[in-house]
Amino acid sequence: MTDLSHIRNFAIIAHIDHGKSTLADRLIQRCGNLEEREMKEQVLDSMEIERERGITIKAQTVRLRYTAKNGRSYQFNLMDTPGHVDFAYEVSRSLAACEGSLLVVDAAQGVEAQTLANVYHALEAGHEIVPVLNKIDLPAAEPERVRQQIEEVIGLDAGQALLISAKTGLGIEEVLESLVDRLPPPAGDANAPLKALLVDSWYDAYLGVIILVRIKDGVLKKGQRIRMMVTEAVHQVERIGYFTPKRIECAELTPGEVGYITAGIKAVADCRVGDTLTDERAPADTPLPGFKPHVPVVFCGLFPVDTSEYPLLRDSLDKLALNDGSFSYLPETSAALGFGFRCGFLGLLHMEIIQERLEREFTLDLITTAPSVVYRVHMTDGRTQELHNPVDMPDPTRIDHIEEPWVRATILVPDSSLGAVLALCTERRGQQSELTYAGSRALVVYRLPLNEIVFDFHDRLKSVSRGYASFDYEIADYAVSDLVRISILVNGEPVDALSFITHRGAAEGRGRQICERLKDLIPRHLFKIPIQASIGGRVIARETIPALRKDVTAKCYGGDITRKRKLLDKQKEGKKKMRQFGKVDIPQSAFIKALRLGDE
Amino acid sequence: MPCGADEDSMGVSHHGEETPGIGLYVHWPFCVRKCPYCDFNSHVTARVDHERWRRALLGALDCEAARAPGRTLASVFFGGGTPSLMEPATVAAVLERALTHWSPAPTLEVTLEANPGTVDCDTFADFRAAGVNRLSLGVQALDDESLHRLDRIHDTAQAVAAIVAGQRIFPRVSFDLIYARPDQTLASWRRELEQALALAPEHLSLYQLTIEAGSALRAWRLPDEDTATDLYHLTQDMTAAAGLPAYEIANHARAGAECRHHLISWQGGEFVGIGPGAHGRVTDVSGAFLATCQHRSPKTWLARGERGDYGTSSAVSSWERVEEILLMGLRLTAGIARPLFQTLTGRTLEAVLDPSAVECLKGYLVLDEAGLRTTRDGRLVLNEILRQLHTK
Ligand SMILES: Nc1nc2c(ncn2[C@@H]2O[C@H](COP(=O)(O)OP(=O)(O)OP(=O)(O)O)[C@@H](O)[C@H]2O)c(=O)[nH]1
Ligand SMILES: C[S@@+](CC[C@H](N)C(=O)[O-])C[C@H]1O[C@@H](n2cnc3c(N)ncnc32)[C@H](O)[C@@H]1O
Ligand code: SF4
Ligand SMILES: [Mg+2]
Repeated sequence: MTDLSHIRNFAIIAHIDHGKSTLADRLIQRCGNLEEREMKEQVLDSMEIERERGITIKAQTVRLRYTAKNGRSYQFNLMDTPGHVDFAYEVSRSLAACEGSLLVVDAAQGVEAQTLANVYHALEAGHEIVPVLNKIDLPAAEPERVRQQIEEVIGLDAGQALLISAKTGLGIEEVLESLVDRLPPPAGDANAPLKALLVDSWYDAYLGVIILVRIKDGVLKKGQRIRMMVTEAVHQVERIGYFTPKRIECAELTPGEVGYITAGIKAVADCRVGDTLTDERAPADTPLPGFKPHVPVVFCGLFPVDTSEYPLLRDSLDKLALNDGSFSYLPETSAALGFGFRCGFLGLLHMEIIQERLEREFTLDLITTAPSVVYRVHMTDGRTQELHNPVDMPDPTRIDHIEEPWVRATILVPDSSLGAVLALCTERRGQQSELTYAGSRALVVYRLPLNEIVFDFHDRLKSVSRGYASFDYEIADYAVSDLVRISILVNGEPVDALSFITHRGAAEGRGRQICERLKDLIPRHLFKIPIQASIGGRVIARETIPALRKDVTAKCYGGDITRKRKLLDKQKEGKKKMRQFGKVDIPQSAFIKALRLGDE
Repeated sequence: MPCGADEDSMGVSHHGEETPGIGLYVHWPFCVRKCPYCDFNSHVTARVDHERWRRALLGALDCEAARAPGRTLASVFFGGGTPSLMEPATVAAVLERALTHWSPAPTLEVTLEANPGTVDCDTFADFRAAGVNRLSLGVQALDDESLHRLDRIHDTAQAVAAIVAGQRIFPRVSFDLIYARPDQTLASWRRELEQALALAPEHLSLYQLTIEAGSALRAWRLPDEDTATDLYHLTQDMTAAAGLPAYEIANHARAGAECRHHLISWQGGEFVGIGPGAHGRVTDVSGAFLATCQHRSPKTWLARGERGDYGTSSAVSSWERVEEILLMGLRLTAGIARPLFQTLTGRTLEAVLDPSAVECLKGYLVLDEAGLRTTRDGRLVLNEILRQLHTK
């Protein structure tokens, strides 16, 4: 059993791209966990999408063994977390599983919105925080200025902040020593009844369901019968071990340790992240507090392109949900798209990632319908209903009023771009709550309708500030608003998957924009196709796709047959990826592209 | 798959008596200068070893002919590239060798493509003496500015002279024009086509200019879809009035003057292809329907060919065969005749066509007692028709 005083559990937290995963690389390397040939950049970003996009999506845990200058050997459990606001759920789970945080701040960029947000979450979790100024190898690095910023903006003592370069490895020894010296060891009682926090779970093709746990009290052993305190599921532990990031089996996990188990779990519903594992025969009396749930704020429909793949989509969602407790899904049927699911996400990036993972990991082809936030509809008869899907909007005569969700957004922006950022917030119906300065930067707090920020606000903010502004938000409350539903008609038929809700003031502009886009996204047909946007039967925008008049290969002789046949097969394959609405074929990609905000 | 001539199988016919006859396509991949719009397997080279190329073509012919013994030879087509740059002796040698493999149809057609900038009366006479009886001239335009823009090696006067000389020396002459060129108007095309018809050809190939994706000519301002459509209809009307109606999307002829060689491939027939990049379609001695393809690069073709490996072949599935027959047959004004479809596929048209798709294409496609064919409007959107014609 590992002596508690020789364990340190910590999360690496930062704003997006400040170098968390790269720092994790150096720590893994220094502790000799991987051979040189097994090492690659951001080795913990193991998912294909993470590597392609260069961002962390899933938090990852590895165990390190470190012999300190004091001659003692320590066990570190390191948790690398994502930086993007949509994956804040991953951060909060990781924070709950450890006692300290390494706060990484890019010494060239300085404190950003997610730096702030994550520090507050870490403080809330009762963490000891060690600030680290990264990327000091960059010529643009200004460690002194950033040190001051940390003190002014966050109010954290940065006097002892370490200066490092995760890229070159400079200062890594100091990071390791400060983990020993400055972070508290975990507490726990090996003799008390077993209490282990279910931190994460995922589906592995060979091992089935794998669960990541943090032991609070007691000892978890191979063969032990365990009970999940919330779902009440009972299982027997089959395998037990930890990641280095290679999977290593061991005999037991003791208090303070983080590791995995498999237990022949079949039902995905048995496994709820945040649940407490205990011994079936000698159970603990109260479960651990679990995690603060993150409520999905953006909803959209997901439908298989090939309608026969509905069962596959359902199983895939079940498996993916194991690995990501922050999205929700309920069956939905659409007149045009058939059977599918209405899914809820923490943001648009989250939605994109889930869709992409479904398509890649489960080889599905999906149609995504217009994303929407959750509206609260107050009916004339006094009832209230939550509207997740624009299609379900009741008849306007039965609606008394509608409320929409608002957020509290925190924006950090250099002086020079402040004007443009304020103008953007105003354009998005924002209400200013605070404006303070920290050095040459302004910290602005706005109340904004979620509907206005969830889709493209981040991109717009980046572009008006030339990349220098960052923002973070949390859901605040609901407020009454003048909202309308826009229906889109293609060749006279309403396409429910394209209808959306918007503020009346923006309705006409949005309607026109979508019609224009669809005009380019829907291929020409042998007849002309009118596209209309309407509010309650009144057409507010209209475009027409002209009929196809000429599409023929001018020359085709014996030598061209093979090539022409293959080309035709490819085009027919592409046609299968379209959905028929009346007589019109709409490509699957048109749905998401038509509804994407912003000017392309 | 390299092939070796199998002497024993020769002369054994696995084919019915009244087959329309086989075609032979010979590809000559060299040109004087590469035209900027050209996407063909054509190359410019400093020197050609005619002796070596002759031997290799004959070798390829022996190889490919062994797959399809006992047929009647209906057509030989020397295409390119610029086959008018071949030595007439090579043309003669190929024809002579072909007739050792197959017996000639009484109407045997022997076509040679020619670039007006590479020929004169003497070369014509030599090719005629070698056995060529049909000339196909790449005129492209009857307007010097356009010819210059297309970077052709000849002017209008040379092209007209070649047509006139060709008509004197060869029994049959056709020429090609490219229209829907940058900045071309209905009026200017009308004048040019009138001039072309005044030369009294028996056959014309009229192609709308096509620029492949990725070509440097993407910047050329081609006529828009509406203008191109109008140009097409004008072409149909004028040629029909002159007694040369379209019998295929881009080909026009007096009755009986159609190009037999191309008709073979549009009607799903058999043809053997030799020379770099040449394709073929034959039923082999085991009864399998094959797609053959010779190595595309002239260098590779020659070097590997000399070791007996001219190209590859693969079986065409019955489903692919149906697709190919539709793809080619619907280009013809006459379409696909029921008995022919039945003979080629062993199935009826109804057995392979989705009736609802045919119904949706009313006005563009006709299915009746005679067979399946496109209307004039239909031929203009043939690619879309083919995409919609789900076959079973
Ligand atoms: N010059 C320099 N670049 C660094 C350093 N550390 C990280 N980077 C680069 O910064 C970029 C982001 O690094 P990551 O480690 O992926 O950042 P992250 O914080 O894990 O990003 P997310 O997980 O997406 O929030 C990569 O291109 C790294 O190579 C450093 O010390 N110096
Ligand atoms: C393989 S060429 C043979 C003729 C010969 N090489 C010549 O160009 O004079 C056959 C014909 O295809 C046509 N052609 C070539 N490139 C074309 C293009 N990009 N678009 C339309 N027709 C084209 C020309 O009319 C040409 O005469
Ligand atoms: S001469 Fe004919 S084959 Fe040669 S490049 Fe020009 S168009 Fe192409
Ligand atoms: Mg990362």
